[in-house]
Amino acid sequence: MTAVEDRPGVPSDDAAAPEIGRARRRKEDARLITGMTTWTDNMVLPGMLHLAVVRSPVAHARITNVDVSAVREAPGVIAVYTGQDLAEEQGSLPCAWPVTPDMVNPGHPSIAVDQVNHVGEAVAVIVARSKAAAQDAVELADIDYEPLPVVLDMEEAVQDGADLVHDHLESNTSYHFVFDAGEMGTGSDTDQAFADADVVVSRRFVQQRLIPAFMEPRSVVVQPQGDNYTMWSATQIPHILRVMAAMVTGIPEHKLRVVAPDVGGGFGGKLQVNPEEILCLLIARRLGKPVKWTETRSESLMTAHHGRDQIQYVDVAADREGNVKGLRVRLLADMGAYLRLITPGVPALGAFMYPGIYKFPAYRFECDGVFTNKVPTDAYRGAGRPEATFAVERIMDELAVELGMDPLELRRKNWINAEEFPFTTVAGLAYDSGDYETATQEALQLLGYDELRAEQQRRRESGDPVQLGIGFSTFTEMCGLAPSRVLGSLSFGAGGWEHAAIRMLPTGKVEVVTGSTPHGQGHETAWSQLVADSLGVPFEDVEVLHGDTAISSRGLDTYGSRSLVVGGSAVVKAADKVIAKARKIAAHLLEASEDDLEFAGGKFSVRGTPGTGLGIQEIALAIFAAHDYPEGIEPSIDAEATFDPENFSFPHGTHLCAMEVDTETGFVKIRKYACVDDVGTIVNPLIVEGQVHGGLAQGIAQALYEEAVYDDDGNLTTGTFVDYLVPAASDLPHFDTGNTVHAAPGNPIGAKGVGEAGCIASTPAVVNAALDAVRHLGVTDIRMPLTPERVWRALHDGGDGGERATARTNAQAVDSTDAPSTSGGAL
Amino acid sequence: MTPITVRVDGAAYTDDVEPRTLLVHYLREQVGKVGTVVGCDTSNCGACTVHLDGEAVKSCTVLAVQADGCEVTTIEGVGQDGLHPVQKAFHEMHGLQCGFCTPGMIMASIDLLEDNPDPSDDEVREGIEGNLCRCTGYQNIVRAVRHAAAEMRGGGGGSRNGHVSPAVVDTAAAPHVAVQA
Ligand code: FES
Ligand code: FES
Repeated sequence: MTAVEDRPGVPSDDAAAPEIGRARRRKEDARLITGMTTWTDNMVLPGMLHLAVVRSPVAHARITNVDVSAVREAPGVIAVYTGQDLAEEQGSLPCAWPVTPDMVNPGHPSIAVDQVNHVGEAVAVIVARSKAAAQDAVELADIDYEPLPVVLDMEEAVQDGADLVHDHLESNTSYHFVFDAGEMGTGSDTDQAFADADVVVSRRFVQQRLIPAFMEPRSVVVQPQGDNYTMWSATQIPHILRVMAAMVTGIPEHKLRVVAPDVGGGFGGKLQVNPEEILCLLIARRLGKPVKWTETRSESLMTAHHGRDQIQYVDVAADREGNVKGLRVRLLADMGAYLRLITPGVPALGAFMYPGIYKFPAYRFECDGVFTNKVPTDAYRGAGRPEATFAVERIMDELAVELGMDPLELRRKNWINAEEFPFTTVAGLAYDSGDYETATQEALQLLGYDELRAEQQRRRESGDPVQLGIGFSTFTEMCGLAPSRVLGSLSFGAGGWEHAAIRMLPTGKVEVVTGSTPHGQGHETAWSQLVADSLGVPFEDVEVLHGDTAISSRGLDTYGSRSLVVGGSAVVKAADKVIAKARKIAAHLLEASEDDLEFAGGKFSVRGTPGTGLGIQEIALAIFAAHDYPEGIEPSIDAEATFDPENFSFPHGTHLCAMEVDTETGFVKIRKYACVDDVGTIVNPLIVEGQVHGGLAQGIAQALYEEAVYDDDGNLTTGTFVDYLVPAASDLPHFDTGNTVHAAPGNPIGAKGVGEAGCIASTPAVVNAALDAVRHLGVTDIRMPLTPERVWRALHDGGDGGERATARTNAQAVDSTDAPSTSGGAL
Repeated sequence: MTPITVRVDGAAYTDDVEPRTLLVHYLREQVGKVGTVVGCDTSNCGACTVHLDGEAVKSCTVLAVQADGCEVTTIEGVGQDGLHPVQKAFHEMHGLQCGFCTPGMIMASIDLLEDNPDPSDDEVREGIEGNLCRCTGYQNIVRAVRHAAAEMRGGGGGSRNGHVSPAVVDTAAAPHVAVQA
């Protein structure tokens, strides 16, 4: 039962069938399957020069001497710039999310001037006639470093007297963010809830550092034209980048155009204002020549921002019957060496999701943002919400074990029932709609739950070396970022609206301009479906334009599962305006009253006389000629709209993983993965299914394969695809996916967002499954990723299979006066 | 500089290359075949896969001089008479999202099907494990390859591996990929 198979076939010649819900094959494929693509690195401009970046080989050091004289002499080299050369004009890379008023932001130079704070930081930029010449010259740069102590471990970094990343700051803590439901009036007193509880379970979970690892390496081209600049960049955020780059460089915003051509994936990793984007602008301005920078994969893994890297201390309180009473979360969140665009905001975004789908009466969250000598963290698919979902879905399993309850029964006892929507959670969010029971029932069927449980039992009884486990994740997420006022209340530096424009061309063809910027999500297809339905025009007659600030004048781009929910809604609103404008023209031309006109199937007709009338595409031509239109209106039916949602949307779902664990080798294998997601109205089931698959792959990869590892000197030891294990096809299972549909009430489409669902939901399902397989052997936690070695160690040595055994004492370092009360388990 | 002559997508090119130039860089920068892309620097991702004398190779592992006298087919030349069935199948089965891995995936899949015209799901997964995709989770790529296999065997001819799990019911959606002759 896939999303797609759920849909009965729609005959191909049925032009009247609605486009929404139809598994349209994607328009964008035509160029992508034939190689007629416009990746940024494909661009060649006359006179274009190529940049290579000299990067720090050390994690923390003062720069004592920079000698680039040999670089200047190298063949093909045109110029070389050091940090000193650009210090006056480089400004600071922006951080748009000061999560607390007293958040400490040390500033973030695009190129280091006198100190480097992570391996890979830019220390010089070489400009040459060819990329090869620029790269050849890198090794001629002679830079002396005076090493400083390297800060890597967050739990050590927050201790008094710890070595400092930024020695002009008082500590390594950037901010302390608190959300206390008792104080906010959205819940009762948390300490009291824990004091009164029958059972308290406490755990420490490690969200390892991950790398977004989009397949297209980042690339930037800047072309100066007088005092105007055009930047092409492999970015998710051309609009935001334009504003920010203008502010950083002082180039007036109206003199800067940013274009995101074909962009090969992002996953949050291209939601950034990159040092290299600024450096390209500065150097193009200096030289008056077009410049290009394209990273190598090694540069990408080393210097593009990372994701996750949090340590979570989670306490749950409940009564003996399994009613949850309180949730307490403390977080150490690794910022890396600097604050990039939304570095500090990622854990804060998660703060509101820790209660998940459960009716916790009390909740307190606090988080320290911690500087270390690593590359900054920032958005990665889910951004804060996967961490939150992992914590709550893992701790619910631990609580179930503690209470001797079935993990599903415990969830069921505490989740929000279908009839309770809309439901305001203890974190203050108003969940819009859903039905957790139905999604769960369907997922259980899809998995073949009963048979697998029976098999699990048989394997246990026979002492089979390969044990079987089943893991649950019943999750929700906040999507559709975001209501602008809410973002304002969270101190975010921008709004969350989206913009769209519809241009009716004389031949009746339609151009849709969207401020949302796709990089694989299929906007051109889905937006065409929306407009085809709204305006009653053929799907093929719609062209979707995006990703160029000169074409799409307003926009806030693509992230946070917002595109369809917010951007698609703006398109629908713009279409409504087109129809309203066309109605006046139609009334005039049909010599009827506007009130007597009905609009259906792309045609205005006088009520009661169907079949006659005037098509909207004909009106487009009539108003282009403009020979005959009513007094007092403009001769145009084009329209634009900006949609600002009132609330987030809350997709949810039940994800189930059946996992085999070989107790002799530690090898784990997903036997079956089934999930049923409710993402609201489905515009294109093919695209929705694809998004779920891709999200699952990344969430499973966090559980089983991926980790960015630094050695004791702060070198990234997973700096290539040899060591950073992006899963291949043979590493992943077949997914059985399905949907329930509860339309979101907060937007005209009813969509809830799907981009992040699979990634958010799957990680805890996989880890819970592995633990379910071996818990009877005494294993209570295994640190991610679940490598065979870690699983084997957990089975044979106890503990979580990770390297560090001092977690309990370190946990107290967060707040030594209020150490979590623990009850067994795997701290 | 070394002179080489290579047939790329049916046309002959004679160029001077540096001995160290990789085939992928030659194709992109000198021949202008930018449909073939570079995704890594350790020969792990497969994004650069082309056919060299009919065999799939990662063109970042071959020197341009090694291709002297050879025939190279890239994604731009693979559909000489309209789209190749594998290209069509990727479109039909939604086997791509951002599309960056797609040229390499398609070239690797064509090679796979030449060796094994009727692969099972697992054989497809193993056959393309040298090609990374970050977007799709591979399931629709597997469907696409098996769908193409069935098409290429002709008339949905029997498969020893059962039917391709259909992503498709709605054949409604007319293919939007016009034949690019
Ligand atoms: S670019 Fe050739 S394998 Fe990655
Ligand atoms: S479609 Fe994006 S990497 Fe495969």
